[in-house]
Amino acid sequence: MANENTLFLASELQNNSNMISRFLYHFGKYVMWHRQIYKKQGNFSMYYKETIRQMYDIGIGSLPIVMIISVFIGAVTAVQISYQLSGSFIPDYYIGYLVRDMVLIELAVTFTCLVLAGKAGSKIAAEIGGMRQKEHIDAMEIMGVNTSSYLVLPKIIAAVFCIPILVFISAFIGIVGGYVATLLAGSFSANEYVKGLRAFFMPFNIVLLFVKAVVFSYILTTVSAYQGYFVKGGSIELGQASTRAVVYSDILILIADYVIAVVLTV
Amino acid sequence: MIRAENIFKSFGETEVLKGIDFLFEESKTNLIIGKSGAGKTVLLKILVGLFEPTDGHIWYDDVDFCTLDKKQLQEIRMKVGMLFQGNALFDSMTVEENIRFPLDMFTKMTFKEKQMRVDSCLEKVSLEGSNVKYPSEISGGMQKRVGIARAIVLNPKYLFCDEPNSGLDPKTSITIDELISDLTKEFKITTVINTHDMNSVMEIGENICLLDKGKLAWQGNKDEVMGSDNETLHNFIFASPFLQRLKESAQQ
Repeated sequence: MANENTLFLASELQNNSNMISRFLYHFGKYVMWHRQIYKKQGNFSMYYKETIRQMYDIGIGSLPIVMIISVFIGAVTAVQISYQLSGSFIPDYYIGYLVRDMVLIELAVTFTCLVLAGKAGSKIAAEIGGMRQKEHIDAMEIMGVNTSSYLVLPKIIAAVFCIPILVFISAFIGIVGGYVATLLAGSFSANEYVKGLRAFFMPFNIVLLFVKAVVFSYILTTVSAYQGYFVKGGSIELGQASTRAVVYSDILILIADYVIAVVLTV
Repeated sequence: MIRAENIFKSFGETEVLKGIDFLFEESKTNLIIGKSGAGKTVLLKILVGLFEPTDGHIWYDDVDFCTLDKKQLQEIRMKVGMLFQGNALFDSMTVEENIRFPLDMFTKMTFKEKQMRVDSCLEKVSLEGSNVKYPSEISGGMQKRVGIARAIVLNPKYLFCDEPNSGLDPKTSITIDELISDLTKEFKITTVINTHDMNSVMEIGENICLLDKGKLAWQGNKDEVMGSDNETLHNFIFASPFLQRLKESAQQ
């Protein structure tokens, strides 16, 4: 029995050390890969065209889903805060104040980026992984194209430019969603909500929103592109890479969220 | 001219190429033939730089391809064209955009100049008027021709073709072979074709390299194939019962 336990412990340790070494291997490869991404090769016009295409895909293409989730984020937050505060001595206008700050600092940016990691991230991984499998990447390499740069840099630029705008739109719609919810619920007046929106405003929260949006968009683009670029095997592996892109992006976004919160607000 | 010098390649414990020496000559259609798993594709990928050899050197004329830095590699690659087995045409681009891609990426030509170059390449592969079609809208044979047009658009000095006849009917295969052979002669290209199509071997095999289990089993040209007494070559060439019977009746 003792021998079995020792064997089990040894195999667990082996598994954990394999996991750690795998993590370190991929993390190192991911970091080193950035040198290739920023080494532009070829005509600027091709990068420009690709960036515009990606901006359309990531920005305009994601607008409807961002708008839909944002309305409900604001509405649900307003209704639930209203429920939490009912019967307390806290003034009603605090609902507007709390919805505004929660949406600005946390909900708009985190929800939007988590959703975009699913939508845009999986698309990026599948697109690049598909190109790898259909030998498109090999074909470009033989032509002399730096594929890491041509396929990934435009996506990073497009995401870092478009996602903060999407997040800002999301925050605005979220706050409007909260307003609509208060009107529909009728539990307190819309004037109180607006009064709350205008109370204790800190412009730094807008900065925080954009800092988070830029960092999260960078994470979701590069992590997804990494998963697609280095995919090996067939369609099953491509599906797994696409799933990993979403899962790892989501985890890293939440870790980054915590780190930014600690660094910029504590 | 491309020279493979003592090329070894291993993937983990598996040794795929075991010391290949071969000279791929200029203005000739050089064929790499062999059974599936013989190491043809690995050798081709080493020749174009997609794989690094475990040991050995690849010489492009008098330049050692394996020791080049990124910039020198880029210069060589501008002289290389490749036709892939699956064509590797970009699905989201039209035929014209596919062919123009290397020009857009690397040249300072005006749009009009690029257009003229694309049209001339399309004419060479007899695909005039197919400019605005997407790869999914044309046949397999036409896709191969588009692949060839894209491979020659930068006037390459070296052309690589990976299984150019796979998935094509015999008549279209012959057309593609003739096209590659004509382009090789016209532009004095060093062409390397990876194939196991016997028609190609007997029609355009000017310099043939037969691989077997990662080793060079035979070399020669199409005229020497029938006269050779190399067992591996005969097992490969006359693998089908039909060809075996044909050979026997010819001998009788």
